[in-house]
Amino acid sequence: MTAAIAYSDVEVGTEIPERAFPVRRVDLVRYAGASGDFNPIHWSERTAKSVGLPNVIAHGMFTMAQAGRLVTDWAGDPGALVEYKVRFSAPVVVPDDDTGAEVTVSGVVKEKLDGNRVRIALTARSGGAKVLARSTAVVRLA
Amino acid sequence: MAINRDLVGREYRSPQPYEVTRGKIREFAEAIGDTSPVYTDTATARSHGYPDVIAPPTFPVIMGMEGMSQAVVDPELGLDFSMVVHGDQSFAYRRPLHAGDVVETVTRVASVSALGGNELLTLESEMRTVEGEHVVTAVNMLVVRGGAAAGAPAASTAAAQEGSAV
Repeated sequence: MTAAIAYSDVEVGTEIPERAFPVRRVDLVRYAGASGDFNPIHWSERTAKSVGLPNVIAHGMFTMAQAGRLVTDWAGDPGALVEYKVRFSAPVVVPDDDTGAEVTVSGVVKEKLDGNRVRIALTARSGGAKVLARSTAVVRLA
Repeated sequence: MAINRDLVGREYRSPQPYEVTRGKIREFAEAIGDTSPVYTDTATARSHGYPDVIAPPTFPVIMGMEGMSQAVVDPELGLDFSMVVHGDQSFAYRRPLHAGDVVETVTRVASVSALGGNELLTLESEMRTVEGEHVVTAVNMLVVRGGAAAGAPAASTAAAQEGSAV
């Protein structure tokens, strides 16, 4: 494990620069195949609407993966992530067009822990809604 | 349909061990758009101290889906997958998964509860190598939306009310 960020260079309040991740229908189809989650609410507009959703919604796990990239790219080593939890507070609604939706992720260091670990609070928004809330990652820094 | 509370504690074992391969890691990393070379380049992974390429942090969802697939078809549990949205998810790692790991997953029904018109089903999946080494525990809370087709609030509204649901 070789994180690029040093524990001593990080303080409580250190912000991880915000990033935007696109989510298109094709991304959901590809993710369904790779993950094995073929729930039709992630690809069938007919099914999604029939169960009361506004439209096809992204897999929560796809959104979780995008938010995780904010932390692992920052740390410089995905293996440095030791704990990761998210709460899906609203769905990411993905229209059937070439643009799709956008998920904007930000993070801030909330706590310095022993063993060179830090706890990072993550927030993600899409279409004006907070799609990840009370979400945290614990990462072991250099 | 209500989730059967009597099934708390029931375990679903992976029918066979899951072999983590370089090809599957590459496919998953591409699907999430993550270009980190530790997922695809063995030399880079070794320079970071790993025995082989490692899997992205959310990769264990694949093994978790195996357990959930068994839960979905368990007639005693009474789960309607199309009414399921994901409430929350966590992973606690001992170490990253890497290519070459052969993993057995035991998924346990940890709890069932009601919230508003919805039901919350928590599944806990413990993943160990066939040698018995614990690698990661994944906890997955599912929201089974109640009666949306009968005119209950749509998920986005329900989510705003309850602070939970996708």
